[in-house]
Amino acid sequence: MALDTQPGQHKLTSAVTESRFARWTLIAVSLVFLALILLLPMAAVFVEAFRKGAGAFVEALQDDETFAAIKLTLIVAVISVPLNLVFGVAAAWAIAKFEFKGKAFLTTLIDLPFSVSPVIAGLVFVLLFGSNSLLGPWLAEHNIKILFAVPGLVLATMFVTFPFVARELIPLMQDQGTADEEAALSLGASGFQTFWYVTLPNIKWGLLYGVLLCNARAMGEFGAVSVVSGHIRGETNTMPLQIEILYNDYNFSGAFAVATLLALLALVTLILKTLLEMRFSEEIAASRRH
Amino acid sequence: MEVRVQNIRKDFGRFPALNDVSLDIRSGELIALLGPSGSGKTTLLRLIAGLETPTEGTIYFGNEDASMKTVQQRNIGFVFQHYALFRHMTVLDNISFGLKVRPSTRRPARAEIRRRAMELLDLVQLSGLEKRYPAQLSGGQRQRVALARAMAVEPNVLLLDEPFGALDAQVRKDLRKWLREIHDRTGHTTVFVTHDQDEALELADRVVVMSQGAIEQIGTPDDIYDTPNSPFVFGFIGQSNCMKVHVTDGAIWFEDRPLGLNAPGEPEGPANLYFRPHDIELLDGCGGCIAGLLTASRRVAGTRHIEIDIGGGHPRIEIELPPEKVGELDRSRIAFRPTRWKLFRPPV
Repeated sequence: MALDTQPGQHKLTSAVTESRFARWTLIAVSLVFLALILLLPMAAVFVEAFRKGAGAFVEALQDDETFAAIKLTLIVAVISVPLNLVFGVAAAWAIAKFEFKGKAFLTTLIDLPFSVSPVIAGLVFVLLFGSNSLLGPWLAEHNIKILFAVPGLVLATMFVTFPFVARELIPLMQDQGTADEEAALSLGASGFQTFWYVTLPNIKWGLLYGVLLCNARAMGEFGAVSVVSGHIRGETNTMPLQIEILYNDYNFSGAFAVATLLALLALVTLILKTLLEMRFSEEIAASRRH
Repeated sequence: MEVRVQNIRKDFGRFPALNDVSLDIRSGELIALLGPSGSGKTTLLRLIAGLETPTEGTIYFGNEDASMKTVQQRNIGFVFQHYALFRHMTVLDNISFGLKVRPSTRRPARAEIRRRAMELLDLVQLSGLEKRYPAQLSGGQRQRVALARAMAVEPNVLLLDEPFGALDAQVRKDLRKWLREIHDRTGHTTVFVTHDQDEALELADRVVVMSQGAIEQIGTPDDIYDTPNSPFVFGFIGQSNCMKVHVTDGAIWFEDRPLGLNAPGEPEGPANLYFRPHDIELLDGCGGCIAGLLTASRRVAGTRHIEIDIGGGHPRIEIELPPEKVGELDRSRIAFRPTRWKLFRPPV
């Protein structure tokens, strides 16, 4: 029996369709919410950034400290995202394709960064590497700087962004099963050939999607990074930290100018994410099911 | 190549999937592993392939012990139930995959790989589709690509896991005939797993009937159908009736009636009588027969199936007759006697 889901055309409507009033109320509520919580602040960022004109905006971005912050953000992302890509693929591969003891524990552990406050994540590294910690004196002796330097920032960022790639891939790989890999092995392919020619192409869009989200978070992370950074101007401030500092200095146009960059990053991420979802919805659908 | 499986046991956790299974597969043979789900047939196939390792026992390829060899070293062709085609590769790339991943010392030249893949494509009657992707093919076409891909590596043995399991009835029938033709033409030693008895009986040179991790019977389709050696095979292959009878003085009785069947040398006591619905003769008088009231009659293709209530609360017995004979019956009481039957002792 074919049910006509288009209202007005036919008396029969699908069982899950609500009355017109209910539908419009729901739509209106979501739209108002979106406008208030998302669009308005987003617009405010751009308005504030350009309040003193385009000249001030460009000038603000050319500031040495700001430039250093942008550079540092990129460096941290360039190091932590590829590392998380490798770890994420390895973890997802292990969880999805093999049976071993402690698998459930590992799966839970991967989610840990999602459930722990980023500030705690930062503090953990301070406790590990700070001057009062066990490792602190040893590190100082060998002149290795982790806290208040790039390594600390990378570690904190990696901790916070670790789940993105793995979380994206685990359901996808579980969904795909191991038959393709078995087929490749039975045809004589080595383990690496199987991974390179069969597994990787099967997960590439899901992987890209995970990397995209991971990157957005890596560049925008504030809490964890703030704890380990030490806020040394021009040296250990990433973009989100630089924004805070500029704002606290009452340099609003500067703060909002840097903020527009992060906002643009968010927009680009959203657009790419939507494109990926449109084009390869089937291949990444598995991960949307949980 | 000849494959010998010797005293194989396979445990999954504490659960034994296969228990002391031995099987000799002759070179060039087309052999079916037949059984209900959970009988261990797929596990046996995967053990031969090297996709699983046995808990105990040995597998020989020819005279060589292959038990410790990896799946790559065994050089087998495996066709998966759901094809497992590489979805991002064209049909041609799928078929040539096994040759392309070979180390350079054993890898044929590019042109040679292409030539062989095209030849196989022709063999599976898919010429002209080499540039398609798996998603653009029908189920039957995908299965044929999977077979061509497995044959491309010139395997020692071709292993097929429920090769037609996911296809419609008509396509299955066509592919069955076609697989037989391919086998006769290429002569690969082939093992296939199925739960479909028609498929096994029609296609295979020999059928291995499996149940609960053990082999029940090995034989030609004729052997298996005509002389089943256990109640399980009787029940699993084709239709059969099971009557609770008892043996007294070498004669078979149902309750207080003799059936007119003699079983000399058979020990006294209760037994189960198995016979097929079509292996019977109708009788006019009854001086020793199975008799009962006709309770239902159904036409199934070329025969008429008749259910008979033989009394004593016994489950209904079903017989098959040519439709024209039923017209002559013209009564509700039917008497008959099995022409081919077998007695099994009930499990103690």
